[in-house]
Amino acid sequence: MEVPILKQGEILIATVQAALTDSDLMQLRRALVEKVAKARARAIIIDLTAMDVMDSFASRTVREVAQMIRLRGAETVIVGIQPDVAFAMVQLGLSMGGVTTALDLEEGLEYLHRKFKTIL
Amino acid sequence: MAQPLSFDTVHTGGPTTTTRSHSELTAEVLHELVEHLRQNRTQLREEWARRITEARLLTAMTKEEIFAEATSVYDNYVEALATGTFEALQAYSRNLSERIIPRGVETHEVVGIVLLLRDVLARSLFSKYQADFTKLDRILDAYEPAANRIANTVAVGFVQERERVIRQQQEAIRELSTPVLQVRERLLILPIIGVIDPQRARQLTEQLLRGIRTNRAKVVVIDITGVAAMDASVANHLVQTVEASRLLGATVIVTGLSPEIAQTLVNIGVDLGKMNTVGDLQGGIEQAERLLGYKVVPQAEAN
Amino acid sequence: MKDCLAVVENEICVAIKTDQDVVAARQKGRSMALELGFSASASTLLATAISELARNIVSYAGSGEIVLRATQNSGGPGVTVVARDAGPGIPSIEHALRDGYSTSGSLGLGLPGVRRLVDEFEIVSEVGRGTTVTVRKWKG
Repeated sequence: MEVPILKQGEILIATVQAALTDSDLMQLRRALVEKVAKARARAIIIDLTAMDVMDSFASRTVREVAQMIRLRGAETVIVGIQPDVAFAMVQLGLSMGGVTTALDLEEGLEYLHRKFKTIL
Repeated sequence: MAQPLSFDTVHTGGPTTTTRSHSELTAEVLHELVEHLRQNRTQLREEWARRITEARLLTAMTKEEIFAEATSVYDNYVEALATGTFEALQAYSRNLSERIIPRGVETHEVVGIVLLLRDVLARSLFSKYQADFTKLDRILDAYEPAANRIANTVAVGFVQERERVIRQQQEAIRELSTPVLQVRERLLILPIIGVIDPQRARQLTEQLLRGIRTNRAKVVVIDITGVAAMDASVANHLVQTVEASRLLGATVIVTGLSPEIAQTLVNIGVDLGKMNTVGDLQGGIEQAERLLGYKVVPQAEAN
Repeated sequence: MKDCLAVVENEICVAIKTDQDVVAARQKGRSMALELGFSASASTLLATAISELARNIVSYAGSGEIVLRATQNSGGPGVTVVARDAGPGIPSIEHALRDGYSTSGSLGLGLPGVRRLVDEFEIVSEVGRGTTVTVRKWKG
Protein backbone atom coordinates (compact mmCIF):
# COMPACT_ATOMS: atom_id res chain seq x y z
CA MET A 1 0.00 0.00 0.00
CA GLU A 2 1.54 3.27 -1.09
CA VAL A 3 1.62 6.09 1.39
CA PRO A 4 0.76 9.44 -0.20
CA ILE A 5 3.56 11.99 0.21
CA LEU A 6 2.63 15.62 -0.37
CA LYS A 7 4.84 18.63 -0.66
CA GLN A 8 4.01 21.85 1.13
CA GLY A 9 6.72 24.40 0.49
CA GLU A 10 9.90 22.93 1.89
CA ILE A 11 8.04 20.32 3.92
CA LEU A 12 7.06 16.83 2.88
CA ILE A 13 4.00 15.33 4.51
CA ALA A 14 3.50 11.57 4.53
CA THR A 15 0.05 10.53 5.72
CA VAL A 16 -0.23 6.90 6.70
CA GLN A 17 -3.61 5.58 5.63
CA ALA A 18 -4.23 2.39 7.52
CA ALA A 19 -2.55 -0.69 8.83
CA LEU A 20 0.92 -0.88 7.32
CA THR A 21 2.73 -4.14 6.85
CA ASP A 22 6.47 -4.36 7.31
CA SER A 23 7.03 -4.15 3.56
CA ASP A 24 4.82 -1.05 3.38
CA LEU A 25 6.93 0.55 6.09
CA MET A 26 10.17 -0.25 4.34
CA GLN A 27 8.77 1.07 1.09
CA LEU A 28 7.77 4.27 2.86
CA ARG A 29 11.23 4.63 4.28
CA ARG A 30 12.80 4.33 0.83
CA ALA A 31 10.33 6.73 -0.72
CA LEU A 32 10.86 9.39 1.93
CA VAL A 33 14.63 9.30 1.77
CA GLU A 34 14.45 9.57 -2.02
CA LYS A 35 11.93 12.37 -2.07
CA VAL A 36 13.72 14.45 0.58
CA ALA A 37 16.77 14.54 -1.65
CA LYS A 38 14.81 15.23 -4.84
CA ALA A 39 12.59 17.92 -3.34
CA ARG A 40 15.37 19.48 -1.23
CA ALA A 41 12.96 19.42 1.65
CA ARG A 42 13.97 20.88 4.99
CA ALA A 43 11.64 18.70 6.98
CA ILE A 44 9.19 15.84 6.77
CA ILE A 45 6.07 15.22 8.78
CA ILE A 46 4.94 11.63 9.19
CA ASP A 47 1.27 11.50 10.18
CA LEU A 48 0.47 8.34 12.12
CA THR A 49 -3.15 9.16 12.92
CA ALA A 50 -4.43 6.07 11.14
CA MET A 51 -1.92 3.65 12.69
CA ASP A 52 -3.93 1.53 15.03
CA VAL A 53 -0.95 -0.44 16.29
CA MET A 54 2.68 0.64 16.60
CA ASP A 55 4.85 -2.37 17.30
CA SER A 56 8.61 -2.73 17.63
CA PHE A 57 9.23 -2.90 13.89
CA ALA A 58 7.11 0.15 13.15
CA SER A 59 8.72 2.30 15.80
CA ARG A 60 12.21 1.18 14.83
CA THR A 61 11.55 1.93 11.17
CA VAL A 62 10.21 5.39 11.96
CA ARG A 63 13.30 6.15 14.02
CA GLU A 64 15.51 4.91 11.22
CA VAL A 65 13.71 7.15 8.74
CA ALA A 66 14.39 10.12 11.00
CA GLN A 67 18.07 9.20 11.25
CA MET A 68 18.43 8.82 7.50
CA ILE A 69 16.58 12.07 6.88
CA ARG A 70 18.82 13.85 9.35
CA LEU A 71 21.86 12.67 7.37
CA ARG A 72 20.39 14.60 4.47
CA GLY A 73 20.14 17.68 6.65
CA ALA A 74 16.39 17.58 7.17
CA GLU A 75 14.24 17.24 10.26
CA THR A 76 11.47 14.75 10.99
CA VAL A 77 8.34 15.41 13.03
CA ILE A 78 6.05 12.55 13.99
CA VAL A 79 2.41 13.50 14.51
CA GLY A 80 -0.91 11.85 15.22
CA ILE A 81 0.07 9.01 17.55
CA GLN A 82 -3.23 8.02 19.18
CA PRO A 83 -3.53 7.95 23.00
CA ASP A 84 -4.17 4.19 23.11
CA VAL A 85 -1.30 3.52 20.75
CA ALA A 86 1.05 5.71 22.80
CA PHE A 87 0.04 3.84 25.92
CA ALA A 88 0.70 0.47 24.30
CA MET A 89 4.06 1.68 23.01
CA VAL A 90 5.36 2.72 26.40
CA GLN A 91 4.14 -0.54 27.94
CA LEU A 92 6.10 -2.39 25.31
CA GLY A 93 9.09 -0.19 26.06
CA LEU A 94 9.19 1.55 22.70
CA SER A 95 9.99 5.17 22.19
CA MET A 96 10.60 7.58 19.38
CA GLY A 97 14.12 8.22 20.65
CA GLY A 98 14.96 11.83 20.13
CA VAL A 99 12.55 12.38 17.26
CA THR A 100 10.25 15.36 17.67
CA THR A 101 6.61 14.55 18.16
CA ALA A 102 3.55 16.75 17.97
CA LEU A 103 -0.14 16.18 18.54
CA ASP A 104 -1.31 16.43 14.94
CA LEU A 105 -0.56 17.89 11.54
CA GLU A 106 -1.55 21.39 12.59
CA GLU A 107 0.76 21.33 15.60
CA GLY A 108 3.53 19.78 13.57
CA LEU A 109 3.37 22.50 10.91
CA GLU A 110 3.23 25.22 13.56
CA TYR A 111 6.32 23.78 15.21
CA LEU A 112 8.26 23.74 11.94
CA HIS A 113 6.96 27.18 11.02
CA ARG A 114 8.29 28.61 14.27
CA LYS A 115 11.55 26.75 13.85
CA PHE A 116 12.30 27.80 10.31
CA LYS A 117 10.29 31.00 10.26
CA THR A 118 9.16 29.95 6.83
CA ILE A 119 5.99 31.32 5.37
CA LEU A 120 3.97 28.41 4.06
CA MET B 1 -40.18 -42.00 33.64
CA ALA B 2 -37.30 -42.28 35.99
CA GLN B 3 -34.44 -39.96 35.09
CA PRO B 4 -31.01 -40.69 36.40
CA LEU B 5 -30.23 -38.04 38.91
CA SER B 6 -26.83 -37.39 40.30
CA PHE B 7 -25.64 -34.86 42.78
CA ASP B 8 -22.08 -33.96 43.55
CA THR B 9 -20.60 -34.94 46.83
CA VAL B 10 -20.54 -31.88 49.02
CA HIS B 11 -18.46 -31.50 52.14
CA THR B 12 -20.61 -30.02 54.85
CA GLY B 13 -17.82 -29.97 57.40
CA GLY B 14 -19.17 -32.98 59.17
CA PRO B 15 -19.06 -36.62 58.20
CA THR B 16 -18.88 -36.99 54.44
CA THR B 17 -22.20 -37.77 52.77
CA THR B 18 -22.16 -40.02 49.79
CA THR B 19 -24.89 -40.68 47.30
CA ARG B 20 -26.04 -43.76 45.56
CA SER B 21 -25.83 -42.10 42.21
CA HIS B 22 -27.74 -43.00 39.10
CA SER B 23 -29.97 -45.47 40.77
CA GLU B 24 -33.67 -45.71 40.10
CA LEU B 25 -34.26 -46.07 43.80
CA THR B 26 -32.83 -42.63 44.40
CA ALA B 27 -35.04 -41.23 41.66
CA GLU B 28 -38.16 -42.74 43.23
CA VAL B 29 -37.22 -41.48 46.66
CA LEU B 30 -36.55 -38.01 45.36
CA HIS B 31 -39.87 -37.99 43.59
CA GLU B 32 -41.65 -38.87 46.81
CA LEU B 33 -39.79 -36.20 48.73
CA VAL B 34 -40.53 -33.51 46.17
CA GLU B 35 -44.21 -34.46 46.31
CA HIS B 36 -44.19 -34.04 50.05
CA LEU B 37 -42.55 -30.63 49.79
CA ARG B 38 -45.05 -29.50 47.19
CA GLN B 39 -48.06 -30.72 49.12
CA ASN B 40 -46.94 -28.98 52.29
CA ARG B 41 -45.81 -25.89 50.50
CA THR B 42 -47.96 -23.39 52.36
CA GLN B 43 -47.17 -24.38 55.91
CA LEU B 44 -43.46 -25.02 55.26
CA ARG B 45 -43.12 -21.65 53.62
CA GLU B 46 -44.81 -19.94 56.55
CA GLU B 47 -42.61 -21.82 59.00
CA TRP B 48 -39.58 -20.65 57.07
CA ALA B 49 -40.67 -17.02 56.93
CA ARG B 50 -41.30 -17.14 60.67
CA ARG B 51 -37.79 -18.49 61.34
CA ILE B 52 -36.28 -15.79 59.12
CA THR B 53 -37.90 -13.07 61.19
CA GLU B 54 -36.97 -14.85 64.41
CA ALA B 55 -33.32 -14.98 63.34
CA ARG B 56 -33.55 -11.27 62.54
CA LEU B 57 -32.51 -11.76 58.94
CA LEU B 58 -33.55 -9.62 55.97
CA THR B 59 -34.30 -6.70 58.30
CA ALA B 60 -33.96 -4.39 55.29
CA MET B 61 -37.15 -5.86 53.82
CA THR B 62 -40.79 -5.70 54.88
CA LYS B 63 -42.78 -8.78 55.93
CA GLU B 64 -44.70 -8.74 52.65
CA GLU B 65 -41.51 -8.55 50.63
CA ILE B 66 -39.95 -11.39 52.58
CA PHE B 67 -42.99 -13.54 51.99
CA ALA B 68 -43.04 -12.78 48.28
CA GLU B 69 -39.37 -13.63 47.87
CA ALA B 70 -39.75 -16.66 50.14
CA THR B 71 -42.38 -18.04 47.79
CA SER B 72 -40.11 -17.72 44.76
CA VAL B 73 -37.11 -19.14 46.54
CA TYR B 74 -39.12 -22.07 47.89
CA ASP B 75 -40.54 -22.94 44.48
CA ASN B 76 -37.14 -22.63 42.79
CA TYR B 77 -35.62 -24.74 45.55
CA VAL B 78 -38.12 -27.56 45.12
CA GLU B 79 -37.81 -27.30 41.35
CA ALA B 80 -34.04 -27.74 41.60
CA LEU B 81 -34.58 -30.79 43.78
CA ALA B 82 -37.07 -32.20 41.31
CA THR B 83 -35.08 -31.68 38.13
CA GLY B 84 -31.57 -32.10 39.50
CA THR B 85 -30.46 -29.20 37.35
CA PHE B 86 -29.20 -25.96 38.77
CA GLU B 87 -28.98 -23.51 35.87
CA ALA B 88 -32.42 -22.11 36.53
CA LEU B 89 -31.60 -21.77 40.20
CA GLN B 90 -28.32 -20.02 39.39
CA ALA B 91 -30.08 -17.57 37.13
CA TYR B 92 -32.76 -16.96 39.72
CA SER B 93 -30.13 -16.45 42.41
CA ARG B 94 -28.33 -13.79 40.39
CA ASN B 95 -31.60 -12.13 39.56
CA LEU B 96 -32.63 -12.10 43.20
CA SER B 97 -29.23 -10.77 44.22
CA GLU B 98 -29.49 -7.95 41.71
CA ARG B 99 -32.72 -6.91 43.40
CA ILE B 100 -31.76 -7.24 47.04
CA ILE B 101 -28.17 -5.99 47.04
CA PRO B 102 -29.25 -2.36 46.53
CA ARG B 103 -31.56 -2.91 49.51
CA GLY B 104 -28.53 -3.57 51.67
CA VAL B 105 -28.95 -7.30 52.13
CA GLU B 106 -25.68 -8.94 53.10
CA THR B 107 -24.04 -12.25 52.33
CA HIS B 108 -24.56 -13.78 55.76
CA GLU B 109 -28.29 -13.09 55.48
CA VAL B 110 -28.62 -14.84 52.14
CA VAL B 111 -26.61 -17.84 53.30
CA GLY B 112 -28.58 -17.80 56.53
CA ILE B 113 -32.02 -17.95 54.98
CA VAL B 114 -31.11 -20.72 52.54
CA LEU B 115 -29.73 -22.81 55.38
CA LEU B 116 -32.87 -22.14 57.39
CA LEU B 117 -34.97 -23.42 54.52
CA ARG B 118 -32.83 -26.50 54.34
CA ASP B 119 -33.40 -27.09 58.03
CA VAL B 120 -37.15 -26.46 57.90
CA LEU B 121 -37.53 -28.96 55.08
CA ALA B 122 -35.25 -31.48 56.77
CA ARG B 123 -37.27 -31.30 60.01
CA SER B 124 -40.44 -31.84 58.09
CA LEU B 125 -38.94 -34.96 56.51
CA PHE B 126 -37.86 -36.21 59.92
CA SER B 127 -41.36 -35.95 61.34
CA LYS B 128 -42.95 -37.57 58.32
CA TYR B 129 -40.65 -40.58 58.17
CA GLN B 130 -39.75 -40.97 61.83
CA ALA B 131 -41.57 -44.29 62.04
CA ASP B 132 -39.58 -45.85 59.22
CA PHE B 133 -35.92 -45.32 59.95
CA THR B 134 -34.64 -47.13 56.86
CA LYS B 135 -36.87 -45.04 54.66
CA LEU B 136 -35.77 -41.86 56.39
CA ASP B 137 -32.19 -42.87 55.79
CA ARG B 138 -32.79 -43.24 52.07
CA ILE B 139 -34.72 -39.99 51.94
CA LEU B 140 -31.91 -38.09 53.63
CA ASP B 141 -29.34 -39.76 51.38
CA ALA B 142 -31.13 -38.21 48.45
CA TYR B 143 -32.01 -34.93 50.07
CA GLU B 144 -28.81 -33.85 51.81
CA PRO B 145 -26.35 -33.55 48.91
CA ALA B 146 -29.01 -31.87 46.82
CA ALA B 147 -29.83 -29.39 49.56
CA ASN B 148 -26.17 -28.60 50.07
CA ARG B 149 -25.61 -28.02 46.42
CA ILE B 150 -28.60 -25.69 46.36
CA ALA B 151 -27.28 -23.68 49.32
CA ASN B 152 -23.95 -23.45 47.57
CA THR B 153 -25.46 -22.34 44.27
CA VAL B 154 -27.53 -19.59 45.83
CA ALA B 155 -24.70 -18.30 48.02
CA VAL B 156 -22.17 -18.28 45.21
CA GLY B 157 -24.62 -16.53 42.89
CA PHE B 158 -25.12 -13.83 45.48
CA VAL B 159 -21.41 -13.37 46.13
CA GLN B 160 -20.59 -13.14 42.43
CA GLU B 161 -23.22 -10.47 41.93
CA ARG B 162 -21.92 -8.58 44.95
CA GLU B 163 -18.37 -8.70 43.64
CA ARG B 164 -19.53 -7.39 40.30
CA VAL B 165 -21.28 -4.46 41.97
CA ILE B 166 -18.25 -3.67 44.09
CA ARG B 167 -15.99 -3.67 41.04
CA GLN B 168 -18.37 -1.29 39.30
CA GLN B 169 -18.37 1.04 42.28
CA GLN B 170 -14.61 1.01 42.53
CA GLU B 171 -14.35 1.89 38.88
CA ALA B 172 -16.71 4.81 39.34
CA ILE B 173 -14.76 6.06 42.34
CA ARG B 174 -11.52 5.83 40.46
CA GLU B 175 -12.93 7.84 37.61
CA LEU B 176 -14.15 10.55 39.93
CA SER B 177 -10.94 10.80 41.86
CA THR B 178 -8.56 11.34 38.97
CA PRO B 179 -9.57 14.65 37.49
CA VAL B 180 -7.62 16.11 34.65
CA LEU B 181 -8.01 19.87 34.87
CA GLN B 182 -7.61 22.37 32.13
CA VAL B 183 -6.53 25.60 33.74
CA ARG B 184 -5.25 27.52 30.78
CA GLU B 185 -5.38 26.94 27.13
CA ARG B 186 -3.01 24.17 26.22
CA LEU B 187 -2.16 23.49 29.85
CA LEU B 188 -3.42 20.52 31.82
CA ILE B 189 -2.92 19.83 35.48
CA LEU B 190 -3.22 16.35 36.93
CA PRO B 191 -3.15 16.40 40.74
CA ILE B 192 -2.66 12.91 42.11
CA ILE B 193 -3.83 12.32 45.64
CA GLY B 194 -3.62 9.37 47.93
CA VAL B 195 -2.69 5.81 47.27
CA ILE B 196 -2.17 4.66 43.75
CA ASP B 197 -2.44 1.04 42.80
CA PRO B 198 -1.36 -0.18 39.36
CA GLN B 199 -4.93 -0.26 38.09
CA ARG B 200 -5.60 3.31 39.13
CA ALA B 201 -2.26 4.38 37.69
CA ARG B 202 -3.23 2.86 34.38
CA GLN B 203 -6.59 4.59 34.40
CA LEU B 204 -4.89 7.86 35.27
CA THR B 205 -2.59 7.55 32.29
CA GLU B 206 -5.42 6.76 29.92
CA GLN B 207 -7.46 9.72 31.13
CA LEU B 208 -4.50 12.05 30.85
CA LEU B 209 -3.62 10.97 27.33
CA ARG B 210 -7.21 11.37 26.18
CA GLY B 211 -7.25 14.75 27.87
CA ILE B 212 -4.11 15.83 26.03
CA ARG B 213 -5.72 15.04 22.73
CA THR B 214 -9.11 16.56 23.53
CA ASN B 215 -7.68 19.76 25.02
CA ARG B 216 -4.76 19.93 22.61
CA ALA B 217 -2.50 20.38 25.58
CA LYS B 218 1.12 21.25 25.02
CA VAL B 219 2.15 21.19 28.65
CA VAL B 220 1.03 18.91 31.43
CA VAL B 221 1.80 19.46 35.09
CA ILE B 222 1.57 16.25 37.12
CA ASP B 223 1.48 17.12 40.79
CA ILE B 224 2.34 14.31 43.17
CA THR B 225 2.50 16.35 46.36
CA GLY B 226 -0.46 14.40 47.69
CA VAL B 227 1.00 10.99 47.01
CA ALA B 228 2.08 9.28 50.19
CA ALA B 229 4.33 6.59 48.87
CA MET B 230 5.20 5.04 45.58
CA ASP B 231 6.60 1.62 44.92
CA ALA B 232 8.75 0.73 41.94
CA SER B 233 5.86 -0.44 39.77
CA VAL B 234 3.86 2.76 40.24
CA ALA B 235 7.00 4.82 39.74
CA ASN B 236 7.39 3.04 36.42
CA HIS B 237 3.83 3.97 35.56
CA LEU B 238 4.70 7.61 36.20
CA VAL B 239 7.68 7.37 33.88
CA GLN B 240 5.54 5.67 31.25
CA THR B 241 2.94 8.41 31.59
CA VAL B 242 5.58 11.04 31.00
CA GLU B 243 6.89 9.19 27.95
CA ALA B 244 3.47 8.53 26.50
CA SER B 245 2.56 12.20 26.90
CA ARG B 246 5.68 13.13 24.98
CA LEU B 247 4.57 10.88 22.13
CA LEU B 248 1.49 13.07 21.91
CA GLY B 249 3.69 16.14 21.67
CA ALA B 250 3.18 17.36 25.22
CA THR B 251 5.85 18.44 27.66
CA VAL B 252 5.47 17.10 31.17
CA ILE B 253 6.45 18.85 34.36
CA VAL B 254 6.37 16.78 37.54
CA THR B 255 5.87 18.75 40.73
CA GLY B 256 5.79 17.87 44.40
CA LEU B 257 8.44 15.19 44.22
CA SER B 258 9.31 14.18 47.78
CA PRO B 259 12.87 13.04 48.55
CA GLU B 260 11.57 9.49 49.10
CA ILE B 261 9.85 9.30 45.74
CA ALA B 262 12.86 10.90 44.06
CA GLN B 263 14.94 8.10 45.55
CA THR B 264 12.51 5.45 44.26
CA LEU B 265 12.77 6.89 40.78
CA VAL B 266 16.55 6.92 40.90
CA ASN B 267 16.51 3.34 42.16
CA ILE B 268 14.55 2.12 39.16
CA GLY B 269 17.03 3.80 36.88
CA VAL B 270 15.29 7.04 36.01
CA ASP B 271 17.61 9.88 35.10
CA LEU B 272 16.02 12.71 37.06
CA GLY B 273 18.14 15.10 35.10
CA LYS B 274 16.13 14.22 32.03
CA MET B 275 12.80 14.54 33.80
CA ASN B 276 11.35 18.00 34.10
CA THR B 277 10.74 18.49 37.82
CA VAL B 278 9.82 21.52 39.88
CA GLY B 279 9.45 21.76 43.65
CA ASP B 280 5.83 22.74 44.00
CA LEU B 281 2.66 23.05 41.95
CA GLN B 282 2.77 26.83 41.79
CA GLY B 283 6.30 26.77 40.46
CA GLY B 284 5.30 24.11 37.99
CA ILE B 285 2.43 26.17 36.63
CA GLU B 286 4.69 29.19 36.28
CA GLN B 287 7.21 27.21 34.32
CA ALA B 288 4.45 25.79 32.18
CA GLU B 289 3.23 29.27 31.37
CA ARG B 290 6.73 30.30 30.42
CA LEU B 291 6.96 27.32 28.12
CA LEU B 292 3.67 28.27 26.54
CA GLY B 293 4.78 31.81 26.03
CA TYR B 294 2.49 33.46 28.54
CA LYS B 295 3.84 36.51 30.24
CA VAL B 296 2.84 36.57 33.87
CA VAL B 297 2.36 40.19 34.90
CA PRO B 298 2.18 41.15 38.58
CA GLN B 299 -1.18 42.62 39.61
CA ALA B 300 0.11 46.17 40.15
CA GLU B 301 1.53 46.45 36.66
CA ALA B 302 -1.62 45.15 35.06
CA ASN B 303 -3.50 48.12 36.42
CA MET C 1 4.42 -28.48 9.83
CA LYS C 2 1.18 -27.33 8.34
CA ASP C 3 -0.48 -24.65 10.38
CA CYS C 4 -4.08 -24.07 11.41
CA LEU C 5 -5.20 -27.61 10.72
CA ALA C 6 -7.37 -28.23 13.74
CA VAL C 7 -10.17 -25.70 13.59
CA VAL C 8 -12.31 -25.52 16.68
CA GLU C 9 -15.46 -23.56 17.37
CA ASN C 10 -14.93 -20.28 19.23
CA GLU C 11 -11.41 -20.17 17.86
CA ILE C 12 -9.84 -18.21 15.08
CA CYS C 13 -6.57 -19.53 13.71
CA VAL C 14 -4.26 -17.35 11.65
CA ALA C 15 -1.39 -18.96 9.80
CA ILE C 16 1.68 -16.76 10.18
CA LYS C 17 4.20 -16.62 7.41
CA THR C 18 4.42 -13.13 5.98
CA ASP C 19 4.28 -9.63 7.34
CA GLN C 20 0.73 -9.37 6.05
CA ASP C 21 -0.20 -12.24 8.36
CA VAL C 22 1.15 -10.20 11.27
CA VAL C 23 -1.31 -7.44 10.43
CA ALA C 24 -4.15 -9.94 9.88
CA ALA C 25 -3.58 -11.63 13.22
CA ARG C 26 -3.56 -8.40 15.21
CA GLN C 27 -6.61 -7.03 13.43
CA LYS C 28 -8.56 -10.21 14.13
CA GLY C 29 -7.44 -10.03 17.74
CA ARG C 30 -8.60 -6.46 18.04
CA SER C 31 -12.00 -7.31 16.50
CA MET C 32 -12.51 -10.21 18.85
CA ALA C 33 -11.69 -8.05 21.85
CA LEU C 34 -14.00 -5.23 20.76
CA GLU C 35 -16.81 -7.72 20.15
CA LEU C 36 -16.40 -9.04 23.67
CA GLY C 37 -16.78 -5.52 25.01
CA PHE C 38 -13.14 -4.62 25.63
CA SER C 39 -12.36 -0.90 25.77
CA ALA C 40 -10.56 0.60 22.77
CA SER C 41 -7.48 0.96 24.92
CA ALA C 42 -7.44 -2.67 26.06
CA SER C 43 -8.05 -3.84 22.49
CA THR C 44 -5.05 -1.85 21.30
CA LEU C 45 -2.86 -3.37 24.00
CA LEU C 46 -3.95 -6.85 22.96
CA ALA C 47 -3.45 -6.12 19.26
CA THR C 48 0.04 -4.80 19.97
CA ALA C 49 0.94 -7.93 21.94
CA ILE C 50 -0.33 -10.14 19.10
CA SER C 51 1.67 -8.12 16.61
CA GLU C 52 4.87 -8.69 18.55
CA LEU C 53 4.23 -12.40 19.01
CA ALA C 54 3.41 -12.87 15.34
CA ARG C 55 6.45 -10.88 14.38
CA ASN C 56 8.67 -13.16 16.48
CA ILE C 57 7.28 -16.16 14.64
CA VAL C 58 8.11 -14.66 11.25
CA SER C 59 11.53 -13.47 12.31
CA TYR C 60 12.77 -16.51 14.18
CA ALA C 61 10.76 -19.50 13.02
CA GLY C 62 9.74 -18.58 9.53
CA SER C 63 6.21 -19.77 10.02
CA GLY C 64 3.73 -20.74 12.68
CA GLU C 65 0.20 -20.05 13.83
CA ILE C 66 -1.68 -17.78 16.13
CA VAL C 67 -4.87 -19.06 17.70
CA LEU C 68 -7.35 -16.61 19.18
CA ARG C 69 -9.91 -17.92 21.61
CA ALA C 70 -12.76 -16.16 23.40
CA THR C 71 -12.58 -17.12 27.06
CA GLN C 72 -14.64 -16.52 30.19
CA ASN C 73 -14.10 -16.47 33.92
CA SER C 74 -16.02 -15.24 36.93
CA GLY C 75 -14.85 -11.73 36.17
CA GLY C 76 -16.13 -11.70 32.64
CA PRO C 77 -14.90 -12.29 29.10
CA GLY C 78 -11.34 -12.43 27.89
CA VAL C 79 -9.18 -13.41 24.95
CA THR C 80 -6.60 -16.18 24.95
CA VAL C 81 -3.83 -16.00 22.36
CA VAL C 82 -1.62 -18.98 21.57
CA ALA C 83 1.40 -18.24 19.40
CA ARG C 84 2.94 -21.48 18.23
CA ASP C 85 5.87 -22.31 16.00
CA ALA C 86 8.19 -25.19 15.20
CA GLY C 87 11.22 -22.98 15.02
CA PRO C 88 14.64 -23.15 16.64
CA GLY C 89 13.32 -22.60 20.16
CA ILE C 90 14.75 -20.32 22.84
CA PRO C 91 17.94 -21.51 24.54
CA SER C 92 17.46 -19.49 27.70
CA ILE C 93 13.93 -18.45 28.55
CA GLU C 94 15.13 -16.78 31.70
CA HIS C 95 17.38 -14.56 29.67
CA ALA C 96 14.65 -13.74 27.20
CA LEU C 97 12.31 -12.75 30.02
CA ARG C 98 14.80 -10.67 31.93
CA ASP C 99 13.04 -7.46 32.49
CA GLY C 100 14.57 -4.16 31.73
CA TYR C 101 12.28 -1.24 31.26
CA SER C 102 14.47 -0.39 28.33
CA THR C 103 13.21 1.91 25.70
CA SER C 104 15.96 0.96 23.30
CA GLY C 105 13.40 -0.12 20.78
CA SER C 106 13.10 -3.79 21.51
CA LEU C 107 16.12 -5.82 20.52
CA GLY C 108 15.47 -9.49 20.59
CA LEU C 109 12.10 -10.98 21.30
CA GLY C 110 10.56 -8.18 23.34
CA LEU C 111 8.90 -10.73 25.63
CA PRO C 112 9.10 -8.66 28.82
CA GLY C 113 7.25 -5.92 26.95
CA VAL C 114 4.59 -8.32 25.72
CA ARG C 115 4.13 -9.55 29.27
CA ARG C 116 3.35 -6.01 30.42
CA LEU C 117 0.62 -5.69 27.83
CA VAL C 118 -1.35 -8.70 28.99
CA ASP C 119 -2.75 -10.19 32.18
CA GLU C 120 -1.44 -13.75 31.95
CA PHE C 121 1.70 -14.94 30.22
CA GLU C 122 3.09 -18.42 29.73
CA ILE C 123 5.93 -19.68 27.56
CA VAL C 124 7.12 -23.14 26.65
CA SER C 125 10.14 -23.57 24.43
CA GLU C 126 12.47 -26.34 23.47
CA VAL C 127 15.59 -25.92 21.39
CA GLY C 128 15.15 -27.67 18.07
CA ARG C 129 11.43 -28.20 18.57
CA GLY C 130 9.75 -24.84 18.80
CA THR C 131 8.08 -22.29 21.00
CA THR C 132 4.57 -21.74 22.28
CA VAL C 133 3.60 -18.52 23.97
CA THR C 134 0.19 -18.31 25.59
CA VAL C 135 -1.16 -14.99 26.76
CA ARG C 136 -4.52 -13.95 28.12
CA LYS C 137 -6.15 -10.60 28.52
CA TRP C 138 -9.36 -9.95 30.42
CA LYS C 139 -11.93 -7.31 29.71
CA GLY C 140 -11.44 -6.19 33.31
